[in-house]
Amino acid sequence: MLEIRDLHVEVDGKPILKGIDLTIRAGEVHAVMGPNGSGKSTLSHVLAGREGYTVTRGSVTFEGKDLLEMAPEIRAREGIFLAFQYPVEIPGVNNTYFLKAAVNAGRKHRGLEELDAMDFMQLVREKMKVVKMKDDLLKRSVNEGFSGGEKKRNEIFQMAMLEPKLAILDETDSGLDIDALKIVADGVNSLRSPERSMLVVTHYQRLLEYIVPDQVHVLAGGRIVKSGDRTLALELERHGYGWIEQQGVTAA
Amino acid sequence: MSASSETVEELVHKAYPHGFVTEIDADTVPPGLSEDVVRLISAKKGEPEWLLEWRLKAYRHWLTLREPTWAHVHHGPIDYDAISYYSAPKSRADGPKSLEEVDPRLLETYKKLGIPLEEQMALAGIAVDAVFDSVSVATTFKEKLAAHGIVFCSFSEAVRNHPELVRQYLGTVVWPTDNFFAALNSAVFSDGSFVYIPKGVRCPMELSTYFRINASKTGQFERTLIVADEGSYVSYLEGCTAPMRDENQLHAAVVELVALQDAQIKYSTVQNWYPGDEEGRGGIYNFVTKRGECRGARSKISWTQVETGSAITWKYPSCILRGDHSVGEFYSVALTNHYQQADTGTKMVHIGKNTSSTIISKGISAGRAQNSYRGLVKVTKSADGARNYTQCDSLLMGERCGAHTFPYIEVANPTARVEHEASTSKIGEDQLFYCAQRGISPEDAVSLIVNGFAKEVIRELPMEFAVEAQKLLGVSLEGAVG
Amino acid sequence: MSARAGAATAVPGGAQAAVEHYLGEHTRSAGSLPGAGTAWLRELREQGIERFADLGFPSTRDEHWRYTSVAPIAAQRLRVALPAPVPAPEALAPFLFPGLDAHRLVFVNGRYAAELSAPGSLPDGVHLDSLAQVLAAAPERARPALSGLALRTGFDALHQAFLADGVWLELAAGVALARPVHLVHLGVGAAEPALANLRTVISLGARAEARVIESFGSLGSGAGLTTAVTTVVLAEGAALEHFKLQEEAATVDHVARVEVRQGRDSRYTSHSVSLGGGITRNDITSTLEGEGAECTLNGLYMAAGRQHVDFHTTIDHAEPRGTSRELYKGILGGRARGVFNGRILVQPGAQKTDSQQSSQNLLLSREAEVDTKPELEIYADDVKCSHGATVGQLDADMLFYLRSRGIDHGTAQGFLTRGFAQDVIDRMSIDAVRERLERLVVTHVPGPESAQVSP
Repeated sequence: MLEIRDLHVEVDGKPILKGIDLTIRAGEVHAVMGPNGSGKSTLSHVLAGREGYTVTRGSVTFEGKDLLEMAPEIRAREGIFLAFQYPVEIPGVNNTYFLKAAVNAGRKHRGLEELDAMDFMQLVREKMKVVKMKDDLLKRSVNEGFSGGEKKRNEIFQMAMLEPKLAILDETDSGLDIDALKIVADGVNSLRSPERSMLVVTHYQRLLEYIVPDQVHVLAGGRIVKSGDRTLALELERHGYGWIEQQGVTAA
Repeated sequence: MSASSETVEELVHKAYPHGFVTEIDADTVPPGLSEDVVRLISAKKGEPEWLLEWRLKAYRHWLTLREPTWAHVHHGPIDYDAISYYSAPKSRADGPKSLEEVDPRLLETYKKLGIPLEEQMALAGIAVDAVFDSVSVATTFKEKLAAHGIVFCSFSEAVRNHPELVRQYLGTVVWPTDNFFAALNSAVFSDGSFVYIPKGVRCPMELSTYFRINASKTGQFERTLIVADEGSYVSYLEGCTAPMRDENQLHAAVVELVALQDAQIKYSTVQNWYPGDEEGRGGIYNFVTKRGECRGARSKISWTQVETGSAITWKYPSCILRGDHSVGEFYSVALTNHYQQADTGTKMVHIGKNTSSTIISKGISAGRAQNSYRGLVKVTKSADGARNYTQCDSLLMGERCGAHTFPYIEVANPTARVEHEASTSKIGEDQLFYCAQRGISPEDAVSLIVNGFAKEVIRELPMEFAVEAQKLLGVSLEGAVG
Repeated sequence: MSARAGAATAVPGGAQAAVEHYLGEHTRSAGSLPGAGTAWLRELREQGIERFADLGFPSTRDEHWRYTSVAPIAAQRLRVALPAPVPAPEALAPFLFPGLDAHRLVFVNGRYAAELSAPGSLPDGVHLDSLAQVLAAAPERARPALSGLALRTGFDALHQAFLADGVWLELAAGVALARPVHLVHLGVGAAEPALANLRTVISLGARAEARVIESFGSLGSGAGLTTAVTTVVLAEGAALEHFKLQEEAATVDHVARVEVRQGRDSRYTSHSVSLGGGITRNDITSTLEGEGAECTLNGLYMAAGRQHVDFHTTIDHAEPRGTSRELYKGILGGRARGVFNGRILVQPGAQKTDSQQSSQNLLLSREAEVDTKPELEIYADDVKCSHGATVGQLDADMLFYLRSRGIDHGTAQGFLTRGFAQDVIDRMSIDAVRERLERLVVTHVPGPESAQVSP
């Protein structure tokens, strides 16, 4: 589904990603772990098409298409969803209105009929249960005045609404207490399916106790220095990132 | 009136400590202004013809101008024919070659002002140019600076020894026709400081000029020109004092800064001209034009000013951000007490791409004083990616003073981001009581609060002067709460 | 100062011709304007034309007009609008607020159009009428309200010189008018550019309450100038919510002035929305003359093409314990220029004043410009005053967030632009007004055809 080949990315002329190779097949859940500054967030942002990142080498294909060629909204309609580490507050733009525009833009792209207000609201009510969202959040502006936990829940709620093929969760666990983390993880797990892949980007192993990955990759210094199954995450937890960086040095 | 307010009243009546007069023979031209006076000044200074012509052109233009009235200040008419436009200490024949040749009474004057021109400054590693009335009387550390190729001397000397530099840069930032007071200065300026920092040189010490008005019925019209060549850095500081007199004396200076590519100029002012007495009699009219141009890419000009003196202050140290990625900064504390009036601020003109500017202005108003911030942030069409942040805070002490904010924001480029914030506050009786309950006297409490209020600006000053500025704020304001 | 020559203040060329033209218009119209037989009114108009002869049109050398050149207005030779044929009722529909139940007065080219109006039944203690009617029936009654206007600019002077009709709304003490009053001002294009003058007098007795909506619209695209002067007097505890929607054609210039005097504990709330017009200038001044008064000024201006919109507001805190809140938002596209000058004055003795002001502007095209000047002038120490001003563009993070959910760039820009305007609209208390404005804002968001800035 997603093929990343030798991806090099710079920010303001400074190399951040220095040759990433990663393949994610349908239905797989991959975790990318790494210390601060290793390039984890850069990877998520580049995949979603954020500006300010220059790809200097390499390719990313998504279902056989060149992802890097696409505008951010086209990537989204093709089925890529980024759950933001810091969801943006947008004053004055109603949450429901925003979501309806997003859902219908995606449907139109796939050649489906746009949902009318009735059908849309029915879908909303159904999906809200996934993350136990409160009704009143729908009437507010996008993320405005939401607590940290509410914002993350809203991200997962949007994911449920947009039904992506590939969901990228960028440090979704950051700033969440254990109860909120469980709700978010339950939401994510309920959205797992054989057709849907996920890329879970995180600093801590904690989230992976709830969202169990098929593969774990360790990102350090802009490269994937080690890959393995979920036990790699536990090993990291025991030894810390210093251990992997040493290994990375000896490997290189 | 509360107990603390009474303490305040006592404190507010503290005398201006620099108000003495030095008895010294002076060569002073009779009052009045004409082309002949301009020629006389130029002749006394042995200037080349081009500079005389330059002065005369400015004078003729001045005649067509009217005194500006837009500032939020009030004063009676200024009789420009009652002012003497040139006064110099007589003992200075051809200018002192070293401090030993300087009139000991002058050295004594500067010592009394806390500006010893000798060993203390040497210890502090600061080079000083002292301007007494209209002329420079002493410049220290010349040789050491010359070793780096740095020129730091009086303006007259620069005209004699570096005419090509003066001619290349004089009047290119503040045109002789710029405004009423700049035109007047261009016609009659007598002396001032000149600084040139060569390419790639980081000036090894702080440069400073102390200005002193001494003679009565004179105006002071000094001119400062600082040129920082590519990749150089200089930090420059000026201080000002004047004796106590019942008359108002005019000070109309011009300061021009030029920063070429990758150069940085940091210009700090502690302005403590005589502010007048508590009835508003006397004091300096400080009508000054200060402007810097970031001419080259990545250049930076930073103005820091602590304005506590003068009966009226009218000055707007500005930055023309012409070079791409150039940076302008303005940090100001303006303190007015009794009947003082200040209308001060800055202009940031964004022309180059990705230029940025920061304005932090702190106005403190007490007694019957009026304190205005007036600023312009202008983003021209060419200034893609321009950024400005402005913060103007006012502190009011007593119900008879005023604090005003007049920001002009003009934006003609859609990629610009400009932000302006302003607020007012006062020193509350509850704050004073809280401090008192913790054993802090009202005067210390006020000093504490004022210095806290001004902290963001004070910390931009070079260390030695930050301490001086803090003391100055304390003396001028302790407990001025009504 | 023997040598100094005084710089002469030259009379700008062409100004004399303009003065002569309006003197001619004055002579021509004097006999036919409402109340022409009333001596004091005739004198008032004469004062107006004399003052205009002295002042002429303002120039950009005047600090209050430095960002707004009225040269295009000064170059026109406007004819004083005489009563025009009243358009069919359908013509009115686009300017109404669906679902709004209001006492409606309609004016065409500055004259009352009874055929289109529906004042409805008014409770006791409410006097709502056209100014011409008041001048016909009881001119002395209107005299104090019409006589007190300080003629500061040539526009004030012209307005007074050709004072004709307008609105009279007076509420007795304690009366709360449940339904809002909707005043619709329509300009009907004529062959020659026309000058339409409107005078609105609102006076609320102690604790009286009312809501007034003023709409300005055009039928056709004839050129002209609308001058509107509204005076509001609020007695102790009175409350007025005052809406203004300016959606005239781009060929029509609009110069308006609102003067409010607020008594003790009174509340004045203004929502001024400017979408139309060529050169639009609004001066809004409220003086808090009694203790504890509250003043709220909200505004929204959206301009594109070559539109020029200028708001000058003054909140004058003359007495203690006053509160003021001000929020103005501007959205500029095309080659438009927006000006905001907001002055907060706290007079000596006006202690415990609490004032906040915010001016926020979006620049959406390379050729658009904005000039904003928030001013604080404070002569009392125990006050809380703050202001803020911003100029910028749509937030790149917000745009990316919307696009990452599949919403295209243009739609996302539209969302954010409307979101920016929304909190001004949210402050309005009448649903029907809010709903129509939300729709209007959508159609006025500068579209992708205008020079957009790439993010």
